[in-house]
Amino acid sequence: MRKIRIGEGAGYSGAWIEPAKELAEKGDLQYLTFEALAERTIALRQLERSKDPSLGYDPWLEERMRAVLVPALRQGIRIVTNMGGANPFQAGKRVLATARQIGLSSLKVAIVEGDHVLDLIQGGGYRVLETGEPIEALADRMISANAYLGARPIAEALATGADVVITGRVADPALLLGCLIHEFGWSLEDWPLLGCGVLAGHLTECSAQVTGGYFGDPGYKDVSHIARIGYPIAEVGEDGGCLITKVPGSGGAVTELTCKEQVLYEVQDPSAYITPDVTADFSKVHCLQVGPDQVRVGGASGHKRPDALKVSVGLRHGFMGEGQISYGGPGAVHRAKMAADIIRERLEIAGLGANKKKIDLIGIDSLFGQSTSPEIPDPGEVRLRVAVRTETQEDARRVGREVEALWIMGPAGGGGAAGQVKEVVNVVSLLLPRELVEGRIRISVDEL
Amino acid sequence: MKRVKLRELGHARAGDKGNTSVIGFFAYDPVNFNLLCRLLTVDRVKDHFQGMVGRVHRFEVPSLQGLNFVMEEALGGGVNISLAIDPHGKSRSSFFLDMELTVPDETPLRREDNGKVGRRNR
Repeated sequence: MRKIRIGEGAGYSGAWIEPAKELAEKGDLQYLTFEALAERTIALRQLERSKDPSLGYDPWLEERMRAVLVPALRQGIRIVTNMGGANPFQAGKRVLATARQIGLSSLKVAIVEGDHVLDLIQGGGYRVLETGEPIEALADRMISANAYLGARPIAEALATGADVVITGRVADPALLLGCLIHEFGWSLEDWPLLGCGVLAGHLTECSAQVTGGYFGDPGYKDVSHIARIGYPIAEVGEDGGCLITKVPGSGGAVTELTCKEQVLYEVQDPSAYITPDVTADFSKVHCLQVGPDQVRVGGASGHKRPDALKVSVGLRHGFMGEGQISYGGPGAVHRAKMAADIIRERLEIAGLGANKKKIDLIGIDSLFGQSTSPEIPDPGEVRLRVAVRTETQEDARRVGREVEALWIMGPAGGGGAAGQVKEVVNVVSLLLPRELVEGRIRISVDEL
Repeated sequence: MKRVKLRELGHARAGDKGNTSVIGFFAYDPVNFNLLCRLLTVDRVKDHFQGMVGRVHRFEVPSLQGLNFVMEEALGGGVNISLAIDPHGKSRSSFFLDMELTVPDETPLRREDNGKVGRRNR
């Protein structure tokens, strides 16, 4: 039976690049995927693109390509990535320019476009899934609207013979599933088989989260050498059977425990994990350690895909201003609480008293609020954190300034003041009829 | 019977979908799975997360010795607009494992004898 090995080289935009290079060089792969597009990221990329039409793709695209293109081409490993973000076309240009700079003489890139649906979502009576309000009510705040495409356009892009496939928004597991559909010629209506492919894609899409990242807990769940963690490889058979492993000698671990945690990661109903290609069923998935850093994962199935595709709409949501300052030693908590009271009054004076705000004592209540167990004693140091939602950037800056001023106007011994301002972009969802979106998908090829 | 932290019986991972927090929990030792299904009811978990979450749903995945807890209205409006220091709620798996349960004396634990890993654990 035929099997292919697919590595995941990112898991999120900021992921370490060395393990991806290691995968390309030593992973014995046929495909290397890079998942780098969180829910909100595409709206942020759209903001970049609106300032500079040549941008809007992943900022680490070039560095990643420099790390992997040579070993990938030497071995015939094909690269599939959603690093195109809000501008897959320009991302393709950048990949070709990078290839030229590092001395490659030929490279074929396929671009998948059509996820950008801002012009399709208004006037159709569509409602926001989270709130039920008509999408038109949010028109003046809209930045972007991107439909989650599935695996089919990726398989079609691979069929052009491209070395690199670049997409915008696609469902994360579709990057891997598209490779399987292309390689094995799987039917787009074989729901149980597609469910197996989605499981493999779901397990690897967060890269190190299945190889010992987001996992270690000394004494309970020990993992060695995380600083040299290896990214995952899914070895998938024509029948959908899947083995999760990593490059021999790399750090981290692939165990039943790491795989189980990732099977249910961000899944709601395990029997109905909805993707554009199939409604996958993980409710009977099992994991079996068959060797060091080798876990066989089976038991996935699937049901008919949904008729509608999910669209993420990016919305401007004002700003967040934040300020922090630390107190230590005897009475630290009392002084931090005194500082918090001062800041509450200062925010009133600044006209920000009614704004949505959160005031935390880091070390006491910042993560779990009042629910922290009472038997935990006061720490020897505590950091006050003030976060305020504002309409304007100027007001957001004011928050950090008010906190910083506690240096000389607040309680004794306040140190390490810092502030930051963040533009807030919210994301809401709606559903569009599948055919409306799929009719617009375009695949183009560009080459050296 | 003995009082133990949930951390001695299983491991967990937290994730987010919009304003919903999802915590996957897995028994270390398969012999404890049925006991944990009985103890970790929706009400017990909702009570532990009092003031932090809205509706709670539980899905059982026996083949993974797993329980998936889906908690609505849990993340201050969701990662994008939350003012929380951990807007994803990633630290909540540890809060979940801090829950205390009363279990039979013979229940195998992850760590026995003050830090030594128990015999049953891999």
